[in-house]
Amino acid sequence: MIDARGFSCPLPVIMVQKAVQKDSPASLAVLVDAQVAVENITRYAHSQGYQVQVTPEGRDFKLILEK
Amino acid sequence: MREKSWIREYGWILLTGVVVGVAALILTSAGNPKNMGFCIACFERDIAGALGMHSAGKVQYLRPEIIGIVLGSTLAAAVSKEFRGRAGSSPACRFAIGVFVMIGALVFLGCPLRMVIRLGGGDLTAVAGLLGFLAGILVGIFFLRRGFSLGRAYPVRKGEGSILPGMMILLLFLLLAAPSLLRFSEEGPGSMHAFWGISLIAGLAVGALAQRSRLCMAGGLRDVFLLRDFRLLSGFLAIWITVTIGNLLLGSYHLSALSQPIAHSQHLWSFLGMALAGWGSILLGGCPLRQLILAGEGNGDSAVTVLGMIVGAAVSHNFGLAGAADSVAADGTYVIGGIGTAGMAAVALGFAVLLAVTLAHLPGKEEAI
Repeated sequence: MIDARGFSCPLPVIMVQKAVQKDSPASLAVLVDAQVAVENITRYAHSQGYQVQVTPEGRDFKLILEK
Repeated sequence: MREKSWIREYGWILLTGVVVGVAALILTSAGNPKNMGFCIACFERDIAGALGMHSAGKVQYLRPEIIGIVLGSTLAAAVSKEFRGRAGSSPACRFAIGVFVMIGALVFLGCPLRMVIRLGGGDLTAVAGLLGFLAGILVGIFFLRRGFSLGRAYPVRKGEGSILPGMMILLLFLLLAAPSLLRFSEEGPGSMHAFWGISLIAGLAVGALAQRSRLCMAGGLRDVFLLRDFRLLSGFLAIWITVTIGNLLLGSYHLSALSQPIAHSQHLWSFLGMALAGWGSILLGGCPLRQLILAGEGNGDSAVTVLGMIVGAAVSHNFGLAGAADSVAADGTYVIGGIGTAGMAAVALGFAVLLAVTLAHLPGKEEAI
């Protein structure tokens, strides 16, 4: 699980990008606290061939990226 | 289906770009300085002057556009339930970076938004600024890839996030109800302005749209190089194209590197000023416009950054760091403007400060959580 809560743009996407480029995992969970991070990560994940499921968790959002 | 997703992805950002461009043209026609329909750096500098934080008589006016942008963002964020108090990501560093982003922008004579508006008016001197902005962004990306981070922000109460929107309401009250407390330029760019209601409405529209679309001039170029993502850049280009077409239609497009409104021909310092602004914007996570939007959404760190930029504007004019525009002397000679030794030293100091902040926030140093 990548905890990207509280990081300003574009760090949440960079954290996901690094994980994808390192291991190319089949599935990846990310926790963020801003809608803009949800949008940015979703767009990046789609460009890398991942499907994205977003679930609100209190003030935060959990994203599950799956190939 | 594909068409729908394209509209969802690019619709808001293109609409925002077009509205910013049209608003800039309207504001210029309604009285704002030429090629300065919207300029975050210039307008924050004018606000600093209106509040007596500097005494440069030609740049003092409490610009309602800035008030509108912040409050437009607040309203849009409230409607979309995105208004949240957040703070705690190295606020003092952000303040210092904000100071130098402003110093760099005022050396060039415009923020990244005005840079695009200047380009849209045919101002070729802005090309040096664009190249510098790009260079600064690439330096910022170099360090982002190596793990640069100012650390996490944390949830705070909505009251903390309401400080900058609250200050903007207070400024609007002062402008309308107690203007005698403020300073107003009688000549120069500060004396040129649209009717306050038009400026406020334009600011509200741009603030609300930029909040929804996440428009960011630095982010546009950054995302292309970092993520091969062209969404934000499309907003940047939409502004440029809209302003260019508008100026061509209005007969106010002048393709030249000479005698451009409020611009100078010290190309090296235009380049370096915008490189400083570009690098700083990447470290902050967004350009001066984006900082206003984030502050409007309740981000206390961005509110501190905006205050840093206003102080930076005051410092620029109190210490003679800002660029002077090219001019024509009484005998017809063309006088090259630009900056003096103090401005050059300030830009150099700015690069040193940004480098120090960057190196202190790389992984393996003192760990930020």
